Amino acid sequence: MAQLTYRASVSLAIAQSMRKDQKVFFIGEDVGAAGGVFKATVGLLEEFGKERVMDAPISEQAILGAAMGAAMTGLRPIAEIMFSDFLAVCWDIVANQIAKTRYMSDGQINIPLVIRTANGGGSKFGAQHSQSLENWSMMIPGLKVVAPSCPSDVLGLMDSAVKDPDPVIFYEHKSLYAFKEEIEQTDISIPIGEANTLHEGKDITIIGLALMAQRAKEAAFILKDKHDINAKVIDLRSLVPLDLQTIKKSVIETGHVLTVEENPRLCGWGAEISSLISEHCFKNLKGPVTRVTTPHVPLPSADILEDNTIPSVELIVNEVIKKLKGE
Amino acid sequence: MVDKLNDDIGEEKRLQLWEMMLKLRLVEKKAYDLFLQNLIKGTSHLALGQEAIAGAFGVALKQGDYTFCTYRGHAHTLARGSSIEGVLGELMGRQCGLMKGKGGSMHLTDVDNGVMGSYAIIGAHLTIANGTALASKYNKTNEVSVCFFGDGTTNIGAFHEALNMAKIWNLPIVFVCENNLYMEYTPIHEVTAVEHPAADRAGAYDLDKIIVDGNDADEMLRTAEKAISKAREGKGPSLIEAKTYRHSGHSRADPGKYRPDEEVKDWMENKDPIKNYRAKLLDFNINEKIISEIEEKIKDQVEKATEISMASPIPEIKEIYTDVWANGGSEWHN
Repeated sequence: MAQLTYRASVSLAIAQSMRKDQKVFFIGEDVGAAGGVFKATVGLLEEFGKERVMDAPISEQAILGAAMGAAMTGLRPIAEIMFSDFLAVCWDIVANQIAKTRYMSDGQINIPLVIRTANGGGSKFGAQHSQSLENWSMMIPGLKVVAPSCPSDVLGLMDSAVKDPDPVIFYEHKSLYAFKEEIEQTDISIPIGEANTLHEGKDITIIGLALMAQRAKEAAFILKDKHDINAKVIDLRSLVPLDLQTIKKSVIETGHVLTVEENPRLCGWGAEISSLISEHCFKNLKGPVTRVTTPHVPLPSADILEDNTIPSVELIVNEVIKKLKGE
Repeated sequence: MVDKLNDDIGEEKRLQLWEMMLKLRLVEKKAYDLFLQNLIKGTSHLALGQEAIAGAFGVALKQGDYTFCTYRGHAHTLARGSSIEGVLGELMGRQCGLMKGKGGSMHLTDVDNGVMGSYAIIGAHLTIANGTALASKYNKTNEVSVCFFGDGTTNIGAFHEALNMAKIWNLPIVFVCENNLYMEYTPIHEVTAVEHPAADRAGAYDLDKIIVDGNDADEMLRTAEKAISKAREGKGPSLIEAKTYRHSGHSRADPGKYRPDEEVKDWMENKDPIKNYRAKLLDFNINEKIISEIEEKIKDQVEKATEISMASPIPEIKEIYTDVWANGGSEWHN
C-alpha cells in the first residue's frame, strides 16, 4: 500500500504503458527534460530516452499531426497538449483529421492515440488556462472522452486509453494533481465507458466528472451527515462512451437528478445527460433534471471571482436541498 | 536537342512515366465528362495539366512508401497504383469506390497502396505526414513519406510548424509544393511576401531552395528521385517547389475566368506536360507505334473502369452507421 498523488499517477501510468509496449511513445512541450509544467511526467525521459520521450516545439498542430500520422502506421503515441485551452490552436487536427479519418477511409485507418491535457479551473490562471472543455470533444463523432477523478482512475483509464484502437482525449484536472489516494496495486486497467459510484444513496442521483465528481462526493457526505439526504454520486469517468445504464439504474431508484459540470452552461454535457434521462426515464422522474454549471461567462482570475464561478461543494449541497425540500 | 548519349533515365522508365501521366490525364478527363453527365455529385478539383508531378513521384516511389495529398488528389492516388474504378467509383458514390462512398472526391484513401489519405483542410496533412515519417524513423525502417500540397498552403501556420519539426527531427520526408500560380481564385504572388512561395521559405528551416519545372516530366523525375534517396538514406527532409499550371478552374464551380486568356493559352499549347513528353519520346527515337499502343491501352482501361463503376451498386444506407470506431460501429452509449 502506497500513497500516490494524481500527478505521480500520470507519470506512472505512462511509464507502465511504455514498459509494456514498445509501440508507445510520448510527445509534448516541456515533457521530457523539464518533466512537464505540472511535473506530471517527471522521470520518463530518464527511463525511456529521447527516442521515446520527445520534447517538441510550441507547435500544437505539428505535435498532434505527428502523433496522428504515427498512429496511422500502428504506433501508439501519447501526445500532451499542455493546457486543454490550447486545443483551440490544433482543433483542425483533432476534430477534422483525428476524429474523421477512420470513417472517411471506410475503416482502412485506425488511429490509436491518446491526447493528454491539463484541464479545468481552480488555479486562478484566468480565462485561457482554466477551461473545462470535455464537451468540445464530446460533440465530435470519432473521439473518446475520458476525465479521471482520482489517482487509481488515472492509472486504470490510461492503461485502457493507450490500448484503445480509437483516439482518446484524456482530460486531467489541474486541481486534482495534488489529490492523494492509497493505492494497493498500480498496474491496473479500468474499461473506458464504465461509470463509478463514489457515494451510495437512494434519494437523489448526482452526476459529475473529474473535480466535480469529487466535489459531489464531498457534498454527499454533508447531505448525509447534516441533512439526512442520501445521494448517489456517479462519476461518469468518460463522456464517450457514456455509461447510460448506470445512470438509468440510479434514476429509476431516486427519481431526482442533478448534474454537476465545470463548463459554462450552454451545450454542457449535462444537457445531453438530461435529454437522455428525459427520453429513457421520464416516468421515473419526480421532478425536473437540473444542472449546476459555471455561469455562461469566461473564467475570471481573482480568488473570490473564480471561487464563486466554479461550482463549489456548498453550491451542490444547496441545490440538492432546494430540489428535495424546496428550501 | 536531347542528349541521347548521356541519357540517365532510359526508354523503359520514360515509357513507364508516359503511361502513368497519360492515365492521370485520361481519368481526370473522364471524371470531368461524368460530372457533365451528372453522374458525379459534389465538388471536384482536377489536376489536369499537373500530371508530371504526381506521375514522376508515382514512378520514383517504392511499395511501402507513404503519400499524402490534397483534395486535388485523384492523380496522386492513381499514381500509387490505385485502381481506376476505385477512384471513379468513389467519385460516383459506388460500392466499388476506394472508401465505398464514405469519403468522396476530396478524401481518396488507399492504404494498401500507401495512399494515406487526401486532405481537404489546407496544411493539416503536412503535419500528419511527419507522423508516418517519424514512425519510419522510430521503427528504423526505410520508407519515405511524400506530402503534396498547393502554393496556397505556404501561407498557413501548419506548413511552417511541419517544416520546422521535420528538420529538427531529421525526418525521412519530401514536401512537394505544386505551385500552379493561383491560390484558388487569387494569384499567389498577390498574397505572398516572397516570389517563390515555398522555395523562398526553405532557408528559414535550413532546407535547400529547390525550384523545378513541374511540367518537365524528366526533370521532375530526377528531382523526385534525388529527394527520395536523400530521405531514404537518413539525410533528412526536402522541400520542392514545382512550377505548374492547372488547365481547369480551382474546382467544379470555377471556370477560371480570372486568368488572362494569353496565359492559359501559353500553358495549354506550349507547356502541356503530356504533349511535350510525347514529343520528347519521339526525340529519343522511341517508336511511335509503342507510344500509340500505350495510349490505346490506357483509353481502354479507363473505358472499362468507367463501365465497372457505373455498374457497381450504390452503398447500402446502413453504411452510415459503420466504422466510426475500430469495432466497426458508431455507438456512443451502452
